[in-house]
Parts: sequence; structure tokens; C-alpha cells
Amino acid sequence: MTPEDWVAQKEVYGAYIGALQQAGVFVDTDWLQGVETATTLSAASGSVKVQDGPFAETKETLGEFFVIDVPDLDAAIEWAGKCPAAQFGKVEIRASAMDSV
Amino acid sequence: MNNAVRAAENVARASYGRLLAILASRSSDIASAEDALSEAFSKALTLWPRDGVPDNPDAWLVRVARNRLIDGQRRNAKLAPEDDMPELIAEPETIVPDKRLHLMLVCAHPAIDPKMHTPLMLQCVMGLDAEQIGQAFLVPKATMAQRLVRAKTKIKANAVPFAIPANDKLSPRLEAVMEAIYGAYSVDWLETGDDLGKEALFLGDVLSAQLPNNAEALGLAALLGFAAARRDARIVDGEFVPLDAQNPALWNEPLIRGAQAMLRRASALGQIGRFQLEAAIQAIHARRIDNELMDWRGATQLYAGLCQLYPTLGAQIGYAVALSHLHGPDAGIAVLDALPKTQVAGLQSYHATRAHFLAEQGELNDAAKCYETALALTFQPALRVFLQEKQSAIVAQL
Repeated sequence: MTPEDWVAQKEVYGAYIGALQQAGVFVDTDWLQGVETATTLSAASGSVKVQDGPFAETKETLGEFFVIDVPDLDAAIEWAGKCPAAQFGKVEIRASAMDSV
Repeated sequence: MNNAVRAAENVARASYGRLLAILASRSSDIASAEDALSEAFSKALTLWPRDGVPDNPDAWLVRVARNRLIDGQRRNAKLAPEDDMPELIAEPETIVPDKRLHLMLVCAHPAIDPKMHTPLMLQCVMGLDAEQIGQAFLVPKATMAQRLVRAKTKIKANAVPFAIPANDKLSPRLEAVMEAIYGAYSVDWLETGDDLGKEALFLGDVLSAQLPNNAEALGLAALLGFAAARRDARIVDGEFVPLDAQNPALWNEPLIRGAQAMLRRASALGQIGRFQLEAAIQAIHARRIDNELMDWRGATQLYAGLCQLYPTLGAQIGYAVALSHLHGPDAGIAVLDALPKTQVAGLQSYHATRAHFLAEQGELNDAAKCYETALALTFQPALRVFLQEKQSAIVAQL
């Protein structure tokens, strides 16, 4: 991305974040570094094993995330549909598991 | 059988989906609601014969099941029994509202695999078990059970809401609900031998009762009524009987009259749609119950409309048949020829229809071959008998 692209992207996302905040559902967001910089670790074998790279080689990677606080899936779908990333990529919705305990 | 036991069973059959919808609507936790409801039913079977049937059996069951759910939630939240959870206190309910439409919308939610919409509805709204559903869909019981559990887990984890979406969002959601009900009807009874016509009719009636001003919901209910009415006429002495050869005396007249009335209500609303067109085609066939001749011109027009609005292969084959009654087998074959070859190659009804047209044209060799292809794709015994007879008649003329 060129610096101009970044500025444009930030504006688009800024508007989205503003809308989330105004609705009182915004919790957190971040852009992530590219998947080629990922480090994966697992302690499943008894000791912590650290590995270079993502946990699965896929074409699509997680580039950013939003944490929002909404009552149900329909509300989440509504907000996810407004996310700028939905225009060119995919948005995956995952519920917090902490809430269901 | 004891009266109280019978009362419990009648309530179970009539109210299952209604009660489940109420119990699951707050938490979106269908599995827990199912467990609580089944415990309430078994309590009823013990207590009602001893203490008498309560004045409002539904409300009694909801109260018992809800207390059970609260106990479960208390245990999960590790609260002491004396701690109050005010929002969960079971209110004595006198009228149990019907939230089955909410439940149907959840079962056919876009976040749920469309293949699971119909099975979920059959289980949640009607209380069918995984074995019965698996049989209809030709899937082993354990596989079906696993898929149902997975879908319910997703509904709970994502808090899929038991809500009626706002107007602009409602119509695609309702379409999915109707598609799922239609799916129960169109589970190929010729393959499974165990059709879900009764269940589909029940679901269609629930939907149309909840949406009395939705023309397509009424149209769907009418369509399912016509189909169910012919149940006893479609196989006679072990042989399949096509619709236009069926004996109207074997049709269920009250069901047909109900479907006719339903379709009239639908068309009075002035919003044409796919299900109303399909029901209207059925209605034309059904007129034979009043000794009227089959109106193939009307049927052809309706099929043409259906093919424009919703061009399924089934609709186009139906159009070919209707058209051939007006203009002969050449016209029918021309319609079939225009269908995509790859899609019809494995379709029994396509080959059987084509064989019939070829025979009418006098192309007996081709007709015999075509019946052979149709037979190779047919497993239902009654339909095999029918096709075999047709084929033997042609081979005898060769």
C-alpha cells in the first residue's frame, strides 16, 4: 500500500470506528502485520515449541480485527456488513466464548 | 389409556414447538430448552394421572421446564440456591404466546447451513427425532444427530436472536423459512418411500397462521394442502399413478377444499409469487374432484409464468407436459431439448417424460431406450412398476 492508500484507508476506517463508538458497541480494533511475520507456538507436546510462520498456510489471512459488544448475531452481521473490509475481502464473525460461560 | 396420560401426549404433539420456542427464545439455547421440556413432559406423565390435568397444561409445562432451566443456569453460574437471579424467575404464565415463527426464522437463519434448515425445523418445531429426520434425508441417525447438535451449538454460541427482523430485512428471511418448509415437502418420497408431506403441511399451516397477510405463506400452505390431499391416490396396487391419471375419489376432499380456500385468500392479497403459482397449478388439477375436465390451457399458462418467475427443472418439465397436451409431443420435446444437458442427465423425471413424448411421436426404439435410462435412475418400487409397464408396452410393439 502506498502512503496515500494508507491515508485513505485510515479515513474510511476512522468513519467506521466513529460509527461503532457512537452506537456504544466499540471495544477494540487493530491492524495486524502481514502473515509472513507471524510466529506460531504450541505447548501441546508438553514444552513450548515456537515456529516461524502462521499456523496454517492459507490464501486468506487475518489482517485486522474488531471487538464489538452487541446482543446477538443479527446485530453483529449488521455491523460486519458496514465494515470497510467487507467491500473487498471477507469478514468473519466469532462470538466471545467468555460470555457463554 | 388413562385420560391424563392421553392429555399429556396430546399436549406434547400439539404444543411441542410452541413450548420449545418460548423456552429457547431468551437464551437461544435450544438444546437446554429441549432437555428441560422433555423433563417437564415426563414429570407430567407422572403427576397428571395422580393429581389431575392442570387447567392450563401448556403453562404448567412452561413453568416446570423454566424452573428446570433456572436450576441449570444456577449450577453453571455456581450460585448458591438462595442467590436471586431476578431476571430468570419463572413468571406464572397463563397464556403461552406463539413464537414458532421466531423459532422458524432461527432454524432458517442465513448463518446456518441451508441443508440444515429443514432438519432443524422438523426437530425444533415438530419434535421429530434424529432417526426420523435421518430416514427422510437418507442420512444415518448418528450423522444427522451430530449435524443437528452442531447447528444448535452455533445458534447458542452466536446468540442467534429469536426475533422478527425489521421490514426491509424480513422478506429474504421469510423466503428462507418457506424454502425450508418446501424442502420438507420436496424430500423425494419416490426415493425414500417415507415422505414428509404431513410434516410440511403442518409447518405450512403454522407459518400461514402466523402470517395471515403474506400471500406466499398462504400460497405455500395451499400447495402443501393439495399435495397432501393426493397422498392415497398416488400409489394404487403397488403402482405409481401420475397426477392426471389419479382417481379423484381417492383424494382427501376436506384437504382440497381447505387448500382452495387458502389459495383464494392468497390471491385476494394481490402479490403473485412462486408458491401461489405452484398451488394454482395444483388447483387446476384438483378441479377434477368436481368432475371438471383437466384445463391444460390454464395449466400451460401457469407453468409458463412459473418458468419465468422461478425456472426450476421441475417447472420446465411440467411446462413441457402441459404444452404437449395442447400442441402435441413435438412441442414438449422442444422444451426438453432446451434444458441444460448436464443438469437433466441424472434426472429420472426428465427421461421418463421424454420417453413418453417419443412414444407419442411413434419413435418406439428411442422411447424404449429412454425408459431404460429412466428405470436405471429409479429406485422406488411403485415407480419402477409404472415405468416397466410403459416400457414393456412399447417393446411389445417393436
